[in-house]
Amino acid sequence: MSKEDYEVVIGLEVHSELSTKTKIFCSCPTEFGGEPNTHCCPVCMAMPGALPVLNKRVVEYAIKAGLATNCSIAHVSKNDRKNYFYPDLPKSYQISQFDMPLCTEGYVEIETKDGPKKIRLVRIHIEEDAGKLNHDEYGRGSLVDLNRAGVPLIEIVSEPDMRSTEEVDSYLKKLKSILEYIEVSDCKMQEGSLRADVNVSVRKKGAKEFGTRTEMKNMNSFRSITRAIEYEAQRQIEVLENGGKIEQETLRWDEVSGKTFSMRDKEDAQDYRYFPEPDLAIINISDEMIDDIRKSLPEMPESRRERYVKELGLPEYDSNILTSSKYLSDLFENATKVCNNPKAVSNWIMTDITRILNEEEKEPNEIPFTAEQLGELVTLIDKGTISSKIAKQVLEELFKNPKSPQDIIKEKGWIQISDESAIKEVVLKILEANPQSIVDYKAGRDRALGYLVGQAMKETKGKANPQMLNKMFLEELNK
Amino acid sequence: MQVSKEEILHIANLACLNIKEEEIEEYRKNLQDILNFANIVNSVNTDNISETIGSTSNVNVFREDEINEFKDEALLLENAPDKENNMFKIPKVL
Ligand SMILES: [Zn+2]
Repeated sequence: MSKEDYEVVIGLEVHSELSTKTKIFCSCPTEFGGEPNTHCCPVCMAMPGALPVLNKRVVEYAIKAGLATNCSIAHVSKNDRKNYFYPDLPKSYQISQFDMPLCTEGYVEIETKDGPKKIRLVRIHIEEDAGKLNHDEYGRGSLVDLNRAGVPLIEIVSEPDMRSTEEVDSYLKKLKSILEYIEVSDCKMQEGSLRADVNVSVRKKGAKEFGTRTEMKNMNSFRSITRAIEYEAQRQIEVLENGGKIEQETLRWDEVSGKTFSMRDKEDAQDYRYFPEPDLAIINISDEMIDDIRKSLPEMPESRRERYVKELGLPEYDSNILTSSKYLSDLFENATKVCNNPKAVSNWIMTDITRILNEEEKEPNEIPFTAEQLGELVTLIDKGTISSKIAKQVLEELFKNPKSPQDIIKEKGWIQISDESAIKEVVLKILEANPQSIVDYKAGRDRALGYLVGQAMKETKGKANPQMLNKMFLEELNK
Repeated sequence: MQVSKEEILHIANLACLNIKEEEIEEYRKNLQDILNFANIVNSVNTDNISETIGSTSNVNVFREDEINEFKDEALLLENAPDKENNMFKIPKVL
């Protein structure tokens, strides 16, 4: 038996921080960063006697996420206490939802090499985030910062429907894009606003029963999730092939060694003794509220993609990439409004902008310039004010020091030379310096023309209008 | 309803309580009494009464999503047994 005889089965529990202004049970700000314990109050610090009050927007955002992922929305829902001890959890229980979550039974559709596939969702529920443990300078103690304690999260639990790391990757990307589209989460991985618990098991191909699964908690990059699943599936296959048994346990993924490790001391930890949160009221959700939220949902990626292909004539592939992120899609649409040239905007995003983002290892939402500035750049090319070669330099500049492209080209003296007499002057100068090229051209070597245009561009530091150069060289050569 | 010694030890462990050998029987009896009392409540006929899921009759008690910062930061750490850089200092957690 070899690796090919096995199938890997993966389920994810994705935690996403909601982008509300305040925490889930108190009015403290959720803003990232800040000096330790400055976004805190007696409620999120769990002072005795302090009582939680639920943030209405958290409920709305969770329902929004549920509707965007085809879930049923509960009419009656409640909060429960999940009990465990850890120093980042000041109450020694997390307020979460146990048996009556806000959303149940949805799905997210992903693209796979065998066509579209539905990844089913078990549920989406609301809960509070924990604080952060820091280590002190001398390694003698730990320091507790509760700024993140009480930040609202939704937990999106999938069925074990994924069969490869590629499917996991598409699922996560799709989920991230949905949450960004409906504007309930920033999904900033580096700030931990999207994290996943990953369940992995393996079974022989064709087997009906699932194998025993292991769980890796709190993974916060797509790359480590993929690496961890690959390592863990291989490890399980090896254990089984050697006649061993998989233990159901929680594992720790170590990024540096690229291995998973057992956390055996947490044996009892699964016994959370959930019970109804007596400090919070029951949540009743009316059909009217659900309808209102449904109406507030923005146009989703599928519909935008279709519009790009049908109405704007963009290739399917480009439309897929553009709509993969709400940020890119908005950038595209708003820049197009300025310059009215969707194909050009799409090309800039697909090629140079994507290349620079990759080089700088940045996400689309970190693009420093505005859609209006991109639109202006395309207009400047369309009007012939700058060549596309200069436009590339302007784009580099927009990434470094974003401001109006008009101002950039003025400051840098990059305005294209389209003045006929100025172009003619350059053409005559280049012809005089290159008599051999004239001979070559007349002998039928067309390449000579390209060479002459190149020389003229060099002479003008790329600022001459290439179409005009071409035309004028031809005129002179054919005289 | 019988509560076993093992159950008491398991629950004590979950609650991070160290209970002495001689205390186990006392806790076992107390917990058993509580559970038996719950069974008496369970035996009440509730056929025509609608189900309740919360501890109060309140429904939809919400807050608007508006920031109201707690001003007295120093007060929050005032009773901390130990602190450093405005954080609670606790025994080292691995
Ligand atoms: Zn607070």
